[in-house]
Amino acid sequence: MKSDTHALHADAHGHDTASHGTLSSYLIGFGLSVVLTAIPFWLVMSGVIASKAATAIVVMLFAVVQIVVHMIYFLHMNTRSENGWTMMALIFTVIMVVIALTGSLWVMHHLNINMMPVHNMSQMP
Amino acid sequence: MFDNPALIKAIFGRLTLESLPLHEPIVVGTFAVVALGGVALFGAVTYFKLWGYLWREWFTTVDHKRIGIMYMILGIVMLLRGFADAIMMRGQQMLAFNGSEGYLNAHHYDQIFTAHGVIMIFFVAMPLVTGLMNYVVPLQIGARDVSFPFLNNFSFWMTVGGAVLVMASLFIGEFARTGWLAYPPLSNLGYSPDVGVDYYIWALQVAGIGTTLSGINLICTIVKLRAPGMTMMKMPVFTWTSLCTNVLIVASFPVLTVVLALLSLDRYVGTNFFTNDFGGSPMMYVNLIWIWGHPEVYILVLPAFGIFSEVTSTFSGKRLFGYTSMVYATVVITILSYLVWLHHFFTMGSGASVNSFFGITTMIISIPTGAKMFNWLFTMYRGRIRFELPMMWTIAFMLTFVIGGMTGVLLAVPPADFVLHNSLFLVAHFHNVIIGGVLFGLFAGIGYWFPKAFGFRLDPFWGKLSFWFWVTGFFFAFMPLYVLGLMGVTRRLRVFDDPSLQIWFIIAGFGAFLILLGIGCMLMQFAVSFLRREQLRDVTGDPWNGRTLEWATSSPPPDYNFAFTPVVYDNDAWFDMKRRGYSRPLTGFKPIHMPSNTGTGIILAGLATAMGFALIWYIWWLAALCVIGLFVVAIGHTFNYHRDFDIPADEVVRVEEARTRLIAAGAK
Repeated sequence: MKSDTHALHADAHGHDTASHGTLSSYLIGFGLSVVLTAIPFWLVMSGVIASKAATAIVVMLFAVVQIVVHMIYFLHMNTRSENGWTMMALIFTVIMVVIALTGSLWVMHHLNINMMPVHNMSQMP
Repeated sequence: MFDNPALIKAIFGRLTLESLPLHEPIVVGTFAVVALGGVALFGAVTYFKLWGYLWREWFTTVDHKRIGIMYMILGIVMLLRGFADAIMMRGQQMLAFNGSEGYLNAHHYDQIFTAHGVIMIFFVAMPLVTGLMNYVVPLQIGARDVSFPFLNNFSFWMTVGGAVLVMASLFIGEFARTGWLAYPPLSNLGYSPDVGVDYYIWALQVAGIGTTLSGINLICTIVKLRAPGMTMMKMPVFTWTSLCTNVLIVASFPVLTVVLALLSLDRYVGTNFFTNDFGGSPMMYVNLIWIWGHPEVYILVLPAFGIFSEVTSTFSGKRLFGYTSMVYATVVITILSYLVWLHHFFTMGSGASVNSFFGITTMIISIPTGAKMFNWLFTMYRGRIRFELPMMWTIAFMLTFVIGGMTGVLLAVPPADFVLHNSLFLVAHFHNVIIGGVLFGLFAGIGYWFPKAFGFRLDPFWGKLSFWFWVTGFFFAFMPLYVLGLMGVTRRLRVFDDPSLQIWFIIAGFGAFLILLGIGCMLMQFAVSFLRREQLRDVTGDPWNGRTLEWATSSPPPDYNFAFTPVVYDNDAWFDMKRRGYSRPLTGFKPIHMPSNTGTGIILAGLATAMGFALIWYIWWLAALCVIGLFVVAIGHTFNYHRDFDIPADEVVRVEEARTRLIAAGAK
């Protein structure tokens, strides 16, 4: 009961259990980021997709992939890092963002239909 | 030189002598009293040569215990201000009948109800909650300090900075007249051209940064610094609720920061996010601010639930009933609190599908909350209950909060809400849950952990007096508002036409007077306890026969909290250690690595507050200087290499031997 109840807090400030990446993983991440930035740029500049809305959606999709690339190659996130806490935090963040965004869109869509007078934008200064 | 108006405007911005509210006799009188008090305090500190001591030992401290105590002091001081606003409102509404205008003009009255709400939430409830978490959580998990001690000091002073701005608005200029959430279009520049809303924005932005950072700090502390053996499901319930609260803070305060930033862009540079024209929508502000605002009320009440869990278990002498269900209920409340925000604006015009979705999610929240209530009751069942003050507050909470919860479920029904929206019924409901839930919880927590923080108990006589005044005062003050709300009286009214309503306001005013006595008795309790500290002394460090780790160390704990980090085998770690015949280690002490004090936090927060003040008054040169100063000091701090030191083993031996002697003397 004496000695085992008192481990000296030698590493009170904790050790970083996340991996730190290698040169090749950083280079892969960098290459992917460049490609994932260049393609949307080309899409917008060349206008290969006729519809602007479709272009915007494609660019958004590339942005999402870009986020994932950053998280894996630069933030070193995986299911094991920090005993799974980073993954847990990520899942929580995604849930919160989804709730806030979809909820706001849903609510504002209702309010827009029910409460907004019809604006004639051409009359505005 | 000074008769050039352009130059004066460049130097002082909007600030002129006319900005001082000299035409308001009530404010001038208050100022006189505050100024006299301030001069007396300043003089006393100077006379007793305490400035150096305060600076070295308190203002620059990075010790979570001292920062926690300073949060509590801030909260109690601001409680007096917030309550002064409350009793003025009660007085006004009591008098303003039969053609009387009362004693407050509309300009002043509108500021008072806004300031009351802002102060009570942001500068009373939040500092008290944060203060208790700061003090207790590291002790409960067997840590030496929080993860980022300097950040902790900085967070505290940012909170103070926000409070200073709100207080400054009383005497320099005015405060917002918009209600505590400053809905546009009323809070837009067109309808509120004066400094009030700007005071509101910058006070909350400065304090909000502190709150967010402190949330990050405490999450990190709980996740990383738990004693060996303390798995997540062995954490004390207060630590669990603190974790969930801080997760809520980190996830929701950025929304407040952004929505206030957008409002300030509308006000300062003429954007149209929340205006009525050019595609702006004030309804978006209401939507966004409640995405923050609803989690905020759970930020306040979850730690209170944690306090009640600790208190009930300790004073019933039993392990908490249904620990696992308690933890899951807390987590479920954390998630659900993000899914209900629309119930604050059922009447704004969403369709039936939206309203029924949010109505149902709101009702669902009452299920985990009810589970908690039963857990507390079953903990008490067949327990050997000691009716000490914290336990009395807990029982008062159970009785009061259930009423508040039921009126909440009632308001969650959209058709009922259409009748009761913005009525005094709503006001009664949220005071019922915030006073009956949060405040009673904080008082229970203060009574429970006071002996830990200061080494002596609070005087029970004045405490009980305060308890009875508070509880009866609460019912007298708010039950009439339920009645008035059901009769259709809306909130924030200054004068009334129907004389038959007056009697209810007189009863409510009487209740507020009882609460005044309750607050007075509470202050008296602190004073009397300090004077009688020798009789109330506790040398064991464990006055209540506690169950969690904070009671394992001395009262007040040494700077380093625990000479040796405890190892945890059971939920109620300290109770388990006592049961297994734990004896304090008396030899083998080693030097202890600790963070150093630093003045950077208070300097940064001072600069941020000055920047806020400059932006409120359009004193652009001062704002620019402050921003530059912030960068210089923050970067300069990164070159400060004197961040830590070791408490020598001799010093640890000396402190621990002093405690051994004290325990021996106490045992005689």
